[in-house]
Amino acid sequence: MIKMFSLKQNCWFIRKVVIWRAVASIAWSVLLLPVTSAVFVLLSRFSLFHPIQWISECTSLLTASSTIFSLVVLCGVVLITGLFNLEFYTLVPSIPCSRMALLGTVLHPRQCVHSLVYCTMGMLVMWCASVTIGGRYSTLGIPCKQSESGEVVTCLNEYHLFLLLAGAFMGYSHSFLGVVKNMYYVSFQPIQQYKYPRFKGCLPMVVKCSVIQSLYSARNFAALYFFFGYVPKTWISSTLHLQIDSSLQPLDSLTGLLDFSLLYHLSISGTFLYFTWYLTVLLFRIYVTEAYSFPVQSTFTEDAEQCLPKVLAETNTLVMKFLALQDLALLSQHSLSRRLEVFSLSQPGGHPHNWNAISRECMSLLSELTQRLLAHQDAVASNGRVKSQSASIDTRSASSSSSVVSGTEDVSETPRLSVPLRTPGSVFTSSVGGMHSALTAPFTPDVDSPFSSPAIRRLVGQQEPRSPWFGTVQSPHIMRRGPKLWSASTESQSNGSPPASPATVPSPPAANQKPSFLAQWLQNRREQVKSFLAKRVLIVYLFNKLPEASSQALFADSQAHIWALQGLSHLVAASFSEDQFGVVQTTLPSILSCLVVLLEAVDRHFKLPHASSKPVRTVCSMGDSTYKTLRFALRAALKTAIYKITTTFGEHLNAVNISTEHRKRLQQFLEFKE
Amino acid sequence: YGLLDEITNSAEEGMSLTHCNHAAFAVRRFSLWASSFHGSLFPHLTLSSDEMVAEFSQMLDWSDSALRSFAWHPHTDKFAVALLDDSIKIYKSNSSPTPTLKHRCQRSVCALQWKPLCGSALAVACQSCLLIWHVDPASLSTRPSSGCAQVLSHPGHSPITSIAWSPTGSLLVSASPVDTSMMVWDVAAESAVPLQRVGGGGVTYLSWSPDGSRLLAATPSALFRVWETRMWTCERWPCLKGSCQSACWSPDGGCLLLSMQGERVIYALTFSDLTGINNTYSSPVTAFFLMKNHLKQLFCPPFFSGSSFVLRAGDSQADNHPSVIAVFKTRSSPVFELLPCGFVMGEAGAEPRFMQFHPHFQHGALLTVCWSDGRISHVPFYFSSAGLLGGDSPQQALASNTTNPSSNKLYTEQIS
Repeated sequence: MIKMFSLKQNCWFIRKVVIWRAVASIAWSVLLLPVTSAVFVLLSRFSLFHPIQWISECTSLLTASSTIFSLVVLCGVVLITGLFNLEFYTLVPSIPCSRMALLGTVLHPRQCVHSLVYCTMGMLVMWCASVTIGGRYSTLGIPCKQSESGEVVTCLNEYHLFLLLAGAFMGYSHSFLGVVKNMYYVSFQPIQQYKYPRFKGCLPMVVKCSVIQSLYSARNFAALYFFFGYVPKTWISSTLHLQIDSSLQPLDSLTGLLDFSLLYHLSISGTFLYFTWYLTVLLFRIYVTEAYSFPVQSTFTEDAEQCLPKVLAETNTLVMKFLALQDLALLSQHSLSRRLEVFSLSQPGGHPHNWNAISRECMSLLSELTQRLLAHQDAVASNGRVKSQSASIDTRSASSSSSVVSGTEDVSETPRLSVPLRTPGSVFTSSVGGMHSALTAPFTPDVDSPFSSPAIRRLVGQQEPRSPWFGTVQSPHIMRRGPKLWSASTESQSNGSPPASPATVPSPPAANQKPSFLAQWLQNRREQVKSFLAKRVLIVYLFNKLPEASSQALFADSQAHIWALQGLSHLVAASFSEDQFGVVQTTLPSILSCLVVLLEAVDRHFKLPHASSKPVRTVCSMGDSTYKTLRFALRAALKTAIYKITTTFGEHLNAVNISTEHRKRLQQFLEFKE
Repeated sequence: YGLLDEITNSAEEGMSLTHCNHAAFAVRRFSLWASSFHGSLFPHLTLSSDEMVAEFSQMLDWSDSALRSFAWHPHTDKFAVALLDDSIKIYKSNSSPTPTLKHRCQRSVCALQWKPLCGSALAVACQSCLLIWHVDPASLSTRPSSGCAQVLSHPGHSPITSIAWSPTGSLLVSASPVDTSMMVWDVAAESAVPLQRVGGGGVTYLSWSPDGSRLLAATPSALFRVWETRMWTCERWPCLKGSCQSACWSPDGGCLLLSMQGERVIYALTFSDLTGINNTYSSPVTAFFLMKNHLKQLFCPPFFSGSSFVLRAGDSQADNHPSVIAVFKTRSSPVFELLPCGFVMGEAGAEPRFMQFHPHFQHGALLTVCWSDGRISHVPFYFSSAGLLGGDSPQQALASNTTNPSSNKLYTEQIS
């Protein structure tokens, strides 16, 4: 953790902006704490028939020393929550592609620490809550009379214990759901709002979510306590030498649990607990996603690294890159003066450095997505082909997602995961300080595991040398040839590739190459083991690929691409009237072909099974699920971007030098037939 | 003793029960009182859902109109018409098949709008939800399946009476008279951001300025708001008398014309760029009228530098005068001007219900009018010299009949 912090510190943006935004969000959550506590006190002591007494009790309680102390403890909890938000937040959600991968994430040591801390924090908050509620909940030990001797001893207060355990349970479920529902994924809103209106608009949602979540947790905890409540009870009473008061109704019985006031207090305190956490998350999200205006160009050379063209090219700080792209999209739509700066020429020399850098960066982002999609399609397609040629007995069908067999690592995910290998400058490696790679580690297919198919090894091993897409492809000529090349048969691909290193590829690297007898035998053994395992229900359940997960994972960071598309298209459209020196004209052909190639790749991706199925809409949850629909948003943004350019330029597009097939596609757009 | 205990217990129970009853009764009374209070503050909340749609629809006499809504495609020669039976038909200029759109949720269609910068998407405001149809322009099917439609709904946000796409096509805003917040939809992601302002009691009409920088939101009360769409803050504009009925923007987004309920004047608001509203006068622009009642609709064609048109329709029940559409020429520079130009009349007994300019008519302006007898007529205006206020020659109107195909004939409009 310390190492990560030091890594993050390196970037000026983290140091100067993100840290301060996080601090501001934490400060606001601490400032809001007294208000929420007061509301909690009012609700917890609520009595309908004695309003005067209720109000006076509450006011006296709010100024009591115990409440002040509770507030201090709660401030500590909020601080730790805020630090965890800063440490764990991610702009690219991690999407586990099978249940096994999900299990791996939940059991990851980092996640275990997280759960442990949240359990402790939950207990702390619940302790504060029980002290505040007072009455029978206030302390762990209460004096009681033993029935036979009549002497006064300290007994275990089960109500207090009940609330504390509930806190631990809620803490764990918060931490668990945080992983499952991607609580730390920070998404950007489609519109810009000031922080206060946005906070006000989100507040009812947060209240609703915390109430619902608390009710769910209370129900689950009550059920859990009913069955296993005696375990912690006897353990605590034996370690602390507390007697169990036999005159009271035990809580792990039906009659003990059906206590309305107990359930009310449980759900109220649970709501308070969740609300504190959710509020911190909400404030953090609002602060981090606030738009940041980068200067387009600077007069001083020492500020050059803070300018938009430089920042866009930066890949190590994901949050900075996202905010820069957002800023680009905003300036292209709303700010005339900044657009003019983009189109301006450099003072000595007269080169359009700003425009060149910005367009190059946007196009490399988009072509990187194109490559990713093509590689995915190729993996899905070649998967079927390799299988049919090799002498395997695997029953896997070509449509990988519908297959019931095979391990976690369906081949179709490999392209995504191997992207960091291939393009070091891609967004994936630019994860914040290596933290992301630690997170994705559980999803990475283990090449040496017995579950991995030969195809995956082939892919992983050969990825780097054989891919013609290595690095960023600048030439539109190569891009244009792309689809043809990739839809060609596997033979032509493996012909063009140098042989992979034998160390990483024990199995026959190419299908048409005659495999040796030993390798054949090994492969058959492996397939047999696999098919044996595939018949076990649990294994199938755990390793079966979740539908549409690979599709979601491919588009996980597509918010960046959407902004790049918006920024590029609006800038190009604005250049029609604003670009005095014609700097955009030189890049227009490559931009157009880049967009059309991406469109073709996206169109083909949506023909894959499960790619166009809509995800189930979650009713109410703090976890953001916008990443599930990013691929649809990207497709819409892409079409809108092309339309924006074609409607602006109209017939002038005929004069632009692009290939015939792309011109044909653009003609469709000119006639509004897409 | 046991019996006595039982009796007291039951008495206590009865007591508590009556207590509960009292409490429940009080709560009910209170909620009733609150709703009636709310209703007296905002009378439109007492209307039923259908009445509300009829009240706030841009189509006059929506409930008995054969045509429920109409929308030109912003870029091509294609329009969509919602009919009385809740189906939507799409007509194109060439004789390609006319798709009919039907959906389970598509009831009481109040507004239609095509997505800008897109060939296929059509937003439909229905009673319970918002439908986004994706009608493939290349497909030949006449009955697209309901799988082509996206259903967008938000609890408490129905009936929807107005929708507006942003001119860049990226956002869709929807409004309901019962919901104080309007929804800003990211349609592809199916997520909405509510923008709430309590005053006014709902939002009835939305209109996005052609340059995308501002959005008008009218409320059922005598109040309307102008949102700026960069940071989504709004300015309150209390109206003089009634609520804002209809509005249109000048093509450059600098001027907003408004008509109020129960008033015979058109108000103009001028905005200057970058600084928001600086020239905050609202002055009556037009002075002479033939109509008894208030103005109902305004529309500007989206382009023509220098001159454009504002139209208004009056409804004249119990009046000998036939309802006519008045045509004005407008000029936005140096100051905003409205010059009367002429009138468009329908056939005997036909009243105009809805009108819209073709968004990009090459040779001048093309006004499309929906009449009360179910006809849709197109009235072209040809400019003899563009840029000047000179001669428009409405030559002929092509009546494309949608509801009864038997009387499919051309007829000529007279301009007084």
